[in-house]
Amino acid sequence: MALFQIAEPGESAAPHEHKLAVGIDLGTTNSLVATVRSGIAVCLNDEQGRPLLPSVVHYNADGSTVVGYDARKDQAVDPKNTIVSVKRFMGRGKQDIAHIESMAYDFVDAPGMVKLKTQAGIKSPVEVSAEILKTLKARAEAGLGGELVGAVITVPAYFDDAQRQATKDAAKLAGLNVLRLLNEPTAAAIAYGLDNGAEGVYAVYDLGGGTFDISILKLTKGVFEVMATGGDSALGGDDFDHRIFCWVIEQGKLQPLSAADGRLLMMRCREAKEFLTKNPEAPITARLSTGEMVDLKLDVATFAEITRTLVSKTLQPVKKALRDAGLRADDVKGVVMVGGATRMPQIQKAVGDFFGQEPLTNLDPDKVVALGAATQANLLAGNKTGKDDWLLLDVIPLSLGLETMGGLTEKVIPRNSTIPTARAQEFTTFKDGQTAMAIHVVQGEREMIADCRSLARFELRGIPPMVAGAARIRVTFQVDADGLLSVTAREQTTGVESSITVKPSYGLSDDEIAGMLQDSLAHAKDDAMARALREAQVEAERMIEATEAALAEDPHLLNEAETARIRNAIAKLQEAAAGDNRRIINIAMDDLGFETQEFAHRRMDQSIKKVLSGRKVEEIGTGDEE
Amino acid sequence: MDLTADFFALFGLPKTFRLSLSELDSRYRDVQAQVHPDRFANAPEGERRLSMQWATRANEAYLTLKKPLERAKYLLELAGHDLQAESNTAMPADFLMEQMEWREAVMEARTGGDHHELEHLYQRLRGDIDGRYAEVAALLDDARDYALATDRVRRLMFLEKLLYEIDDALASLDD
Repeated sequence: MALFQIAEPGESAAPHEHKLAVGIDLGTTNSLVATVRSGIAVCLNDEQGRPLLPSVVHYNADGSTVVGYDARKDQAVDPKNTIVSVKRFMGRGKQDIAHIESMAYDFVDAPGMVKLKTQAGIKSPVEVSAEILKTLKARAEAGLGGELVGAVITVPAYFDDAQRQATKDAAKLAGLNVLRLLNEPTAAAIAYGLDNGAEGVYAVYDLGGGTFDISILKLTKGVFEVMATGGDSALGGDDFDHRIFCWVIEQGKLQPLSAADGRLLMMRCREAKEFLTKNPEAPITARLSTGEMVDLKLDVATFAEITRTLVSKTLQPVKKALRDAGLRADDVKGVVMVGGATRMPQIQKAVGDFFGQEPLTNLDPDKVVALGAATQANLLAGNKTGKDDWLLLDVIPLSLGLETMGGLTEKVIPRNSTIPTARAQEFTTFKDGQTAMAIHVVQGEREMIADCRSLARFELRGIPPMVAGAARIRVTFQVDADGLLSVTAREQTTGVESSITVKPSYGLSDDEIAGMLQDSLAHAKDDAMARALREAQVEAERMIEATEAALAEDPHLLNEAETARIRNAIAKLQEAAAGDNRRIINIAMDDLGFETQEFAHRRMDQSIKKVLSGRKVEEIGTGDEE
Repeated sequence: MDLTADFFALFGLPKTFRLSLSELDSRYRDVQAQVHPDRFANAPEGERRLSMQWATRANEAYLTLKKPLERAKYLLELAGHDLQAESNTAMPADFLMEQMEWREAVMEARTGGDHHELEHLYQRLRGDIDGRYAEVAALLDDARDYALATDRVRRLMFLEKLLYEIDDALASLDD
């Protein structure tokens, strides 16, 4: 290996240097960050050597925050300013949240997403999640000794568009470059499959703190193909705590509790749940502020009895996912258990009985998602992996559709479609001279609009007056590889167009994010402008590097004039990136993007032809490839 | 090759109804391995968009060619025979009669909770449908009689729907 490299201007001096990328499991109860080191995925620990970061954020009066174990200590004494399980509020309105009456927070019902009133001001769940992500980012950068190029953030497979968008917004707010949103069970399958060389159909049963996912995957050499997924984004280990809590109230005949007592008792219930994974009986004791003493014993059999409906509630989506995949329980070769809540013995037994086999528990159910995400991040960042290259084909969990006449849903993209995917549907006007059309985008399986989640509403205006039924309005849904939707509507006869990235009604606008970013940076004594400039410069460098690499690889796809134009655009971008005007850098990037568009097309075409022609050779038996 | 190439060309397959599914599977994966957005996660914006378009196209192509009914409809569309335009044409009376008998049998088994009978109906219909696809294959690939193939495919649309309803009934009995 050469110790010294002479770099051409614009070429990276070390084009194959290891890029720092992480996988983050942003959990309801705990969060983790992991990375690939010397070909092995490892969790990054905090200074005390602990891999988990409790997903708890405490807001102080001066606006500063405490995150993790230290914040968890505050929850019984200062429940209103200590936010736990914030993941349950992501992309959710007040009416969507279960057990809201037993929560200690001051909720503010904001359009789209609920907010929380703390002594440091009103906080969106996106901001609270960003605090957790910032802590993990800082941990990773300190541990790895450099700036991250990007992160893969995991989300429950059953998260809808609003919840995914909120997660991506939180990552942006934390200053992370999101390489991909990855479904949690898929991440677990990567970690499991690559470690075990698994082949065949696997089920991933993922019961987290607040969400439940089931995914059915087909693992073949180098391909992870999700066949179907299902779940419940408001069912998790927390609900088991809540059942114990209700049982304690009933058994102890307790009066309505104060917020602090409620939180204290809930903590005791959680401890009892954890204790019962290894012991036949758990004591639940607490001294309440009223002077009352709680002193009860909960045994395994009673625990199983009071949570029986919760356990069977997880099996319904399992059946549905199997049917969607066109499979039966005995087609499944292995069942991978993910999430701390799968440690409960009644879960292990129910899942084992259903599939007729012992579930696989040889990976730590707390860490497996983060490890899989780190492995994927490493691949996406462009680092060579020790193992073979693999391909991941994931699906969208819930159908996407439009409201039609009479409050009915017209499905445009069915659930379990492999992403990215797009589908167009044509609609027409129903009144003579109608010039505008309201488009209401929803997600869910039900026939009535009211039973589905509303994602966005927008209007296509400027339709020329025609008789009813004459206009042809083509609505196109595009779902990207993160599972996020954008919608375009176009009147076909006139070309009037309207498009929307589904954000406004449940997500945050870019301006809101920019505003939050500025606020948070003011606290960090950083300069938002300087950071934005730095980000543009990094993006420019990345773009130049990628273009140079493409030019070196495929010079034959361009004629001299085209090459010269691209080189010229690169030079201009280099010049812009050396300066400090973000706008000029962005214009230069757009120009280079424009000049390389056709080149990118040709490269894509070439790569497809190459892979297909390789196959033909092999077919007639003269090939020496493979 | 560009984004408007037909689905068969995209996977380098002959434009026929008879198709090796394992071959389709492996070519689909080969193409996705080249174009999937995960291969371009760190690429400039323009390339990421292009990759999304190609991967979307490959998914659409795979989904269309994988299912025999969709594949037959697509071949007819390529040959200029539009099924939609003809969907208002009445079906022959004997075919409709047969359909009604099927539906009555399914309904009866469903209300009676007769799992065994539903399973039997399912298998019988499955066998019938398979025979009809063999006929469609001969019409499309050998005789190239697209008009007759269109009629047969329209019948299959009814039958596939019925098959799905029996499957639905079976699933509802399982719950």
